[in-house]
Amino acid sequence: MDRRDFIKISGAGALTLAATGCKPGKTTGDCNLPGQMEYRINPAIGDKVSLLGFGCMRWPMIDKDGVQVIDQDAVNEMVDYAMEHGVNYFDTSPAYLQGQSEKAAGIALSRHPRDSYFIATKLSNFGDFNKEASLKMYRDSFEQLRTDYFDYYLLHAIGRGGVEAFNERYVNNGPLDFVKTEREKGRIRNLGFSFHGTREMFDYFLQLHDNGGIHWDFCQIQMNYKDWTHADPKRNVNADYLYVELDKREIPIVIMEPLLGGRLANVPDGIARQMKEREPDKSLASWAFRFCGSFPRVLCILSGMASMDPLLDNIDTFTHFKPLSDEELDFLERMAKWMEEYPIVNCNYCNYCMPCPWGVDIPGIFRHYNDSVTEGRYPQTHQQADYKKLKRAYLVSYDRAVETIRQADHCISCRDCIAHCPQGISIPRELRRISRYIESLKQDTL
Amino acid sequence: MMLRKLRITFGILFFAGITLLLLDFTGALHCWLGWMARIQFLPAVMALNVAVIAALVLISLIFGRIYCSVICPLGIFQDCIAHMGAASKRRHNNNKPYSWSPEKRWLRYIVWGLFVAALVIGIHAFVALLAPYSAWGRIVQNLFQPITLLGNNLLAAIAERTGSYAFYSREVWIHSLPTFVIAAVTLTVLIVLAWRGGRTYCNTVCPVGTTLSFFSRFAMFRPVIDADKCRNCKKCEHDCKASCINIAEHKIDYSRCVDCFNCLEDCQFDALKYRFAWGCGSTDKKADTPQPEGQNARRAFITGAALAAGSIALSAQEKKTDGGLAVLLDKKAPEREVPITPPGTKSVKDFYSRCTACQLCVATCPNNVLRPSASLEHLMQPEMSYERGYCRPECTRCSEVCPSGAITQITREEKTRYHVGLAHINRELCVAENGTHCGNCARHCPAAAIEMVHTGEDENQRPVINENLCIGCGACENLCPVRPLSAITVTGRHNHLNEN
Repeated sequence: MDRRDFIKISGAGALTLAATGCKPGKTTGDCNLPGQMEYRINPAIGDKVSLLGFGCMRWPMIDKDGVQVIDQDAVNEMVDYAMEHGVNYFDTSPAYLQGQSEKAAGIALSRHPRDSYFIATKLSNFGDFNKEASLKMYRDSFEQLRTDYFDYYLLHAIGRGGVEAFNERYVNNGPLDFVKTEREKGRIRNLGFSFHGTREMFDYFLQLHDNGGIHWDFCQIQMNYKDWTHADPKRNVNADYLYVELDKREIPIVIMEPLLGGRLANVPDGIARQMKEREPDKSLASWAFRFCGSFPRVLCILSGMASMDPLLDNIDTFTHFKPLSDEELDFLERMAKWMEEYPIVNCNYCNYCMPCPWGVDIPGIFRHYNDSVTEGRYPQTHQQADYKKLKRAYLVSYDRAVETIRQADHCISCRDCIAHCPQGISIPRELRRISRYIESLKQDTL
Repeated sequence: MMLRKLRITFGILFFAGITLLLLDFTGALHCWLGWMARIQFLPAVMALNVAVIAALVLISLIFGRIYCSVICPLGIFQDCIAHMGAASKRRHNNNKPYSWSPEKRWLRYIVWGLFVAALVIGIHAFVALLAPYSAWGRIVQNLFQPITLLGNNLLAAIAERTGSYAFYSREVWIHSLPTFVIAAVTLTVLIVLAWRGGRTYCNTVCPVGTTLSFFSRFAMFRPVIDADKCRNCKKCEHDCKASCINIAEHKIDYSRCVDCFNCLEDCQFDALKYRFAWGCGSTDKKADTPQPEGQNARRAFITGAALAAGSIALSAQEKKTDGGLAVLLDKKAPEREVPITPPGTKSVKDFYSRCTACQLCVATCPNNVLRPSASLEHLMQPEMSYERGYCRPECTRCSEVCPSGAITQITREEKTRYHVGLAHINRELCVAENGTHCGNCARHCPAAAIEMVHTGEDENQRPVINENLCIGCGACENLCPVRPLSAITVTGRHNHLNEN
């Protein structure tokens, strides 16, 4: 099913709804006044959630004695500004930013009344599947976030490694039963999961929902105009499938990676030009957000904002929220197809693979490579007219972006990272590809 | 007078050119200025560059020690210092910065004899210590290049902010502590000597100066004092930084005169002329007791402490949270039984017998591979090591710049013929031995000399080295994940030109 058809069938095109006023049972933001933050209602529980959610995975960092720590002052300022402008959903995890994210969120949020925001955090038991360790992680989150309940609680990044991995992390040792009880006790208001994996696994989790094994109050999926029908077929599921299945079951949807780690805010030049022709004064990122917001079952769209600039831009997008027209959806579909042509790595720079035990700066390498490709700083053959200039630009910027001893040629292919990658990227293979490319640049054999 | 201005102009051009050549880390200046290094006396001797040697001897025979005032960077450097020293002395010493002093002949010829003996026997540290071009190269590479690199890195930081690729950052590091210290001592001693006595070093210590003096004393053209016109004002004598004008006897020691032509301008009575004077005039033969000039300090050899060969393999860090970078220990150099010398050298022995330790190759190596040796045997002469990079297959820069023929010029294709080293695997350190999927050495070997094979009964693939293919470039050692001591290391081969 393509997006257009879907919206027609559901009869819930946001434009239509906005005009018809509040309707229970739908999450669409139909209680909004113009010029205000777009809100969506979680039908089961009545939460009025801002469509823009603050992702706490990409916060501003500063260097303190050689260690990267969160810039708490900047975080406070951003959180205050966001809340002033109606943002009320904050998504974090004990694993984010080397474990610093929850604490910083707790400090910033606790300066506001508890009922003025929703907290989402996760059971991120990646390393240790022991029940005690999992429960400790759960309890620590309360302390870090300075609260006695979680509005939204997620089983973090399930789906990879099959049913077995899921059972090992959550079922066999009992953490799943534990969080279910916690929900009954009211300490978890909504229980859900964030998903990365194959269609079979997604079906499995929804089956659990259908047969009464566990009721999912919400679900967090990766969705954007690229992944809608052009997700990597071997590793991810097209978002249109995920959306439709959740919508069928009326499960509210939280969107992660609406920008693909910023890649959709930094699209190749040709695509950027076409976007600007259509919306000269809107950011490239606004297209990606408007895409996700055009679907009525979407409760909240997470955006990781590392500085005031994206925050200001996002507030602008979501306070004058304008869903996409059919024609615009078609346009994005064409752009997504075009993007597939670029030899970029599908990395969203989430840092889940890090730290690489051998010191390789995986996201740094991918980011430099992808940026070079999308910005055209990317020699393709030594016969190119501007080959020398491009080569110098590529190699100099590579050394600037990634320390020499952390570059791609230091990857030993131990494959430890693969299991951690939510995008299922074959990281060692991609690093080898980039390493070979750089080698051919250095030796002029391209 | 024209002559002095010419001397100063050309002197500045040569001095700036050679110094820039020694500072240049980009390799861009070499094609313009490389010849300036090749016409230096000692490198020309080492390279058996007969044309250059003959030309320099001929110039000395015709015009005197022009070489010392124009071509030798160390001489011009001392002129600059002496200029300042003399200015200060003029203020305090009644306008008489210098005065005639007899030749310190014993010291001069003993040093020269020792130098020649060292050259023949092969005590190259002593040769490099005294040779003027080597001394200047050492000073520039060790003491001045880091400063220019820091300046470059500042520009690189600015360029990075403005999105320019005009400048790129370079690592600043002390390549070898002993050589660094010797360079600092050399510079200090030279400054003190030049400040106090002008060309003391050139006329008492410098073996090249002494060699050229054998010819310059018979020079066709030379400054000659016309005793009839001379009023014995001694203005020239007090202005002679070589202390070689003896007005009392109206004689000039042409073995020490460096043709600076300062005296010609000093004389108000037209008594001094630079003219054709073949066979007439004489050098002063009066001997004097040699005076020590504090040169002993320069002989203080300091050898670096041997690196503690800690062999702690990095244990892979366990992942608990997202992000961050694993701590990486700095690589340590293994002990290499035979030093590794660059491709283009015929053999280790040949290399070390020709190298003048001018540090030009060290200054230009873009991969941080070359550095002065800290061993007593080859002190200050370069060797290769792979903690910071490896000898990249496309790079032939050291072979292009070497002025002494120690590294002969090679092309990228010819480079593969030079098997300068051989890799060895320390199986106790190798991570592939205990089942970690690695093979990084095999993947990056440009000679395809390393393969991953099953050797034991287990499933593990281990690296093996084909000793016939290994060229010793160090890619494996540099990219080996084991730190601080790599599990695969390279040692030199004595004779490394593979004629196949």
